[in-house]
Amino acid sequence: MAEMYFTKEHEWVKVTGTTGKVGISEHAAHELGDITFVELPKIGKTVKQFDVLAAIESVKAASDIFAPLSGKVLAVNDELDTTPETVNESAEEKAWMVELEISDSAELKNLMTQDQYNEFLKTL
Amino acid sequence: MQLIYEQSVNGRRGVKLPVSDVPSAAELPENLLRRESAALPEVSELDLVRHFTNLSRRNYSLDTNFYPLGSCTMKYNAKVLENAAALFAPFHPMTALLPGGVEFCQGSLGMLYDLGQMLADITGMDEVTTQPLAGAHGEMTGILLIAAYHAARGNKAKKKYVVVPDSSHGTNPASASIAGYEIITVPTASYGDMDIELFKKAMNDEVAAVMMTCPNTLGLFNPHIKEISDIAHSHDALMYYDGANLNAIMGKVKPGDVGFDVIHVNLHKTFGTPHGGGGPGAGPVGVKKELIPFLPQPRIVMNDDGQFLLEDQKAASIGRTANFFGNFSVMAKAYAYIIMLGRDGLIRVSEQAVLNANYIKERLKAYYDLPYDMTCMHECVFSASKQLEHGVHAIDVAKFLIDKGYHPPTVYFPLIVKEAIMIEPTETESKATLDAFIDVMIEAAMTAETNPQLLHDAPVTTPVGRLDETKAAREQNVCCIG
Amino acid sequence: MNDSHYCPHTPEEIQEMLSAIGVASVEELFSPIPSELRAKTFNLPPGLSEFETFDKMKSIASDNGGGMSAFVGGGFYDHIIPAAVDHLSGRAEFYTAYTPYQPECSQGTLQALFEYQTAICRLTGMGVSNASLYDGGTACAEAAMMALRITGRNKIIVDGCVNPFSRQVLKTYLYNLDVEVIEIAPLDGLLNREELAGMLDESVAAVLVQNPNFFGCVDDFTALAQQVHALDALLIASVYPISLGLLATPGEMGVDITVGDGQSLGNPLSFGGPSFGFIAAKKAHIRNMPGRIIGETVDKQGRRGFVLTLQAREQHIKRHKATSNICSNQGLCALRGLIFLSAIGRQGLVDMARMNRDKAEYAKAQLVSIPGVTALQSAATFNEFTIFLPKPADGVVAELLRKDIIAGVPLGQYYQGSENCLVVTVTEKRSRKEIDLLVKELEVAVCN
Repeated sequence: MAEMYFTKEHEWVKVTGTTGKVGISEHAAHELGDITFVELPKIGKTVKQFDVLAAIESVKAASDIFAPLSGKVLAVNDELDTTPETVNESAEEKAWMVELEISDSAELKNLMTQDQYNEFLKTL
Repeated sequence: MQLIYEQSVNGRRGVKLPVSDVPSAAELPENLLRRESAALPEVSELDLVRHFTNLSRRNYSLDTNFYPLGSCTMKYNAKVLENAAALFAPFHPMTALLPGGVEFCQGSLGMLYDLGQMLADITGMDEVTTQPLAGAHGEMTGILLIAAYHAARGNKAKKKYVVVPDSSHGTNPASASIAGYEIITVPTASYGDMDIELFKKAMNDEVAAVMMTCPNTLGLFNPHIKEISDIAHSHDALMYYDGANLNAIMGKVKPGDVGFDVIHVNLHKTFGTPHGGGGPGAGPVGVKKELIPFLPQPRIVMNDDGQFLLEDQKAASIGRTANFFGNFSVMAKAYAYIIMLGRDGLIRVSEQAVLNANYIKERLKAYYDLPYDMTCMHECVFSASKQLEHGVHAIDVAKFLIDKGYHPPTVYFPLIVKEAIMIEPTETESKATLDAFIDVMIEAAMTAETNPQLLHDAPVTTPVGRLDETKAAREQNVCCIG
Repeated sequence: MNDSHYCPHTPEEIQEMLSAIGVASVEELFSPIPSELRAKTFNLPPGLSEFETFDKMKSIASDNGGGMSAFVGGGFYDHIIPAAVDHLSGRAEFYTAYTPYQPECSQGTLQALFEYQTAICRLTGMGVSNASLYDGGTACAEAAMMALRITGRNKIIVDGCVNPFSRQVLKTYLYNLDVEVIEIAPLDGLLNREELAGMLDESVAAVLVQNPNFFGCVDDFTALAQQVHALDALLIASVYPISLGLLATPGEMGVDITVGDGQSLGNPLSFGGPSFGFIAAKKAHIRNMPGRIIGETVDKQGRRGFVLTLQAREQHIKRHKATSNICSNQGLCALRGLIFLSAIGRQGLVDMARMNRDKAEYAKAQLVSIPGVTALQSAATFNEFTIFLPKPADGVVAELLRKDIIAGVPLGQYYQGSENCLVVTVTEKRSRKEIDLLVKELEVAVCN
C-alpha cells in the first residue's frame, strides 16, 4: 500500500518505492469548483520540491500545482486533457496528474501525513 | 435567437454594390486564390436590421438601465459627443505622415495636442501622449517609458521589479509583466490601503516602479500617498498612477503634485466616452518632463508659428505603441466632453460622483457588511458576508438585481474582499435612481434571509437563465464552422 | 455650486443626501485628502453649451483638408460602409454597454461577438478567433508574444515587407524583454527567402509575414509554412480582410496565427481609429490566445446562450501570468466588422474584392503609360501596387496633395534607396474619373 503525503498547498504524493504519483486533495478540488483544465508538464522535466509542477483552472480561477518532492517527470495523466472533471470526481484516486521519479526521499519530512493534513484542514 | 448564419439562404444578397466602371482584370494565378468563398451571412438588409436590432434588445446598457459597475465609471455618454466624433470620419491618418501632409491635418493634430494639454493640467503632468488605445495599453506604454528612463541612466539590468498593492487591477501586474518586470505584491492593511510598513520592507534599489490606483479599488484615498512616493523616489523607482479612478478627484488633487511620474487616464471612464460593449476605449499617458524624450513616436509638437508638426525617429523614444495616433474618434469625444463641461463642470463631476457613492454607502451599510467603513471617494465596496450566512453569495445578489432591471455592480473584485460588491454610481444618476436602487439592494438583503432560493434562481426575466460556464470552458465552442 | 452638464441633483436633493450621510458639505467628503496635497491650480477654460461645443468641433474638423481623393493605404483603407452599419452599431444598447461580465443581460453583445468570431474564422480559414484586439500593429505584437509562449523560444523573424508601423509596434512591445527580433530586408518587394533560409533554425519561435505586403505584392506562403513547421516554429501572417474575398486564406497556406487590422470592415478612417485588430489561430493554440473569447453553452433549461470563456487566461484572474494585459478591446468596432460582412454578404465580399483589384489594375496600366513610370513586376498585386517614378516620390506626393489628391505612400522614408518608389492604393470607392485625374496630375508632376 502506497503511503500518501500532503503539502500545505493541498497537493498529495503517493510514494511507491522510488516513484510518486502527484495530485491535489479532495479539499482543494472542492474549493476550486468545476475544473476545466489541467496543464501538465512535459515528460522528462525535472523539478525541485515546492517548485511549480503543473497548473489547474476552473471557470473563475487559475492555480499552480507545486511539486511535493524534487524529481523528474516520468509520466503524466493524459486522460485529464479530455476529462478534467475527473479531478472533481476522484481527486485522490483517478485524478493523479504526474508521476515523479523521486530524487531525495529525505524531503518527505517536509510533508504532512494523512492525519496531519486532516488536522491542518481544521485550522483553515 | 438564431445565429445570423442560421438565417442565411444560399444566393441571397444584402447591400448592393456599385457597378464597376473599369474593365475586368486578368485572373490571378490559381495558387493565390481562395478555393471557396468565405461562408459569410447571406441575408437581406431587412433581415440583417431585425437580427441586430433584436440582439441589441438582449443587452442591458447605460441608456436603458442603471449600471453601477464598480471601477468602470459607467456615466452617461452625451449624444453630442457622437455627432462631434462623426465629423472626423473621412480623414485618412496617412495624410499626416506624408511629405507636406501635416498642413492638411491641422484640425486633427491640433485637437490631439490641445487634449494632451488639458489632460496634463487635470493630472499635473508635463506632457501627454494620446497614442495608447486603452487603459491597459496605457499601462504597458507607461511601464515601457519607465524602462526606457532607467535604461538611459544605465540601470536597465539593475531594475527588475514593479511593486503593486494586492488591491490593484489585474491589468497592473499583467502590464508590468508583459513589459519585462517581475512583480512584488504588497498586502492591504486594516485601514484599507497598501500596508506602509510592508511596503517599506518590499522596496529596494532594484524596484523600477510602484503602480498605484488612487483612490484605490476600495474607493479610498491613500493619505500616505506622498510618503509612498518619497520612499519610491529614494530608491530611484518611479511612481505610476492607474487613472481608472480619476473621476473622483478632478480639480481636487493632481497626481503629478503628489509625486506620480507617469499616469494613464481612461477616456471611456472619466471623460464620458461610451464603453462600446467592451471597447474601444482610449488610454492617454501623461509624464513628467524627465520622461518626455521617451514618449511614443510620432509625437505631436507645436512650432513657434502655432503650427502642429510630427516629430518622428527620435532615438530615445520607445517607438510606436499603435499604428497611428490612437483611437482618434474616442479622443474627439473626450475633447468635446472636457470643453463642454469646462473647469467648474469637471470639479462638479467629481464632487457629485463622491456624493453619490457616499450616499449609497451610508444607506446600505446597515444591510451589507462594509469591510472598510470610512468616507469613500467615487465608489464603495461591500461584502455579501452577512448574506452568506444564509447561503447567498454576491453573485446571487447580482442576479437578483438583473431581475429588477439593474445592471449589477462589479462582484468578486477587488480580490481582497470576500464576496465583494463594488458599487460606482457616477455623478450622472439622479437621487431618484439611487433611491430606487438602494431599495432593491435592501430587498435583496431581506430576501436573502427570508427566501434565499429566490436569489439562487435569479434571473428569471432574461432571455436565458444562469449559463453553464463550465460546459463552455470544457467544450470550447467558440465559433460555428459552416 | 454652478449648474453643470449631466449632474442632475437640485440643491435641495444635495442637502438631503448630505444629511443622510451625516456631513455638512460636499467638501467634507474630500477630507481624506490631506490639505497639503490639494490642487493649487486648475486652469481649464469655462464650459460651453452643447450647441457651442458642436460648433467648436465643426470648426476644428474644418481645419483639415476635406474632400480629398485618397489613393493611400498603409493599413487603413477607404471602403464603402453600408448605412446599416452606423445605424445598428449606433444602437445605444450596444454602444453604451460594457464588457459582458453578466451574461444573462448581455446576450446581445455576446451572441454578436460569437458571430464575429465565426466570421473571422470563416474569412481566414482558421479554427479559433478572439473577440478583438486593439489594431493591426498591436495584433502582430500579441501574435509574436503568443508564439514565444507556445514555443518557449525567444527569437522572432520579421519580413521587412510587413507594414513598417506594425513592425515598430512589435519592437516596442518586445523592447524590454529578452527577445531577439530580426528583420529581413525585402528583395524586389517580396520576402527574401534565401536570406530567411539562412536564419531559420530551432531557436526561432515564429516568422511574421504579411499578405498582400506593404508593397502591395501578393504571395503564397504554403511552402514557407512547411519549412517553418519542420523546425517546430510558427508562421504568423498579417492579412488585409477585404483581400480575402479573393485571395488564398492563411488557413489554406498552413499559417498558425493570423492577424490584421479590421478597419476596412465597416470602420471609418477617423484619422486612424478606432479600428480593431483581429487574431485567429489553429484551435490547438486556444489557451494561448490573448483577450476575450466568447463560447457557446446552455442554461439550466437547455436554452442556448453565450459567455466569456477561458477567462482563467486573462489578467483579471491570472494577473501577472495572464496571456496578455488586454482588458478593454475594440468590441464595438468588431461589431461593425460583423455587421459590414453580414450586409455585404458572401458573394458581396467576392465582388467587392474583385472590384478593388480591377480598379487597381486599371490604374496601374494607366500610370505605367506615363513616360518614365514603371511598375514593380516581381509579383501579382491586389488593390495596392508599387511604381517607380523618374524622380523622388516625396515631392510628387506633396505636389498632388495641393491638388486634393493623396497619391500614395512614398517608400523612401521606410526603405533606403526607394526614394523614387510610390505605393498607390485603389479601393472600390475611387471612380474611373478620379483615377484618370490622378494619372493626369501625376504625369504633370513627374514631367515638370
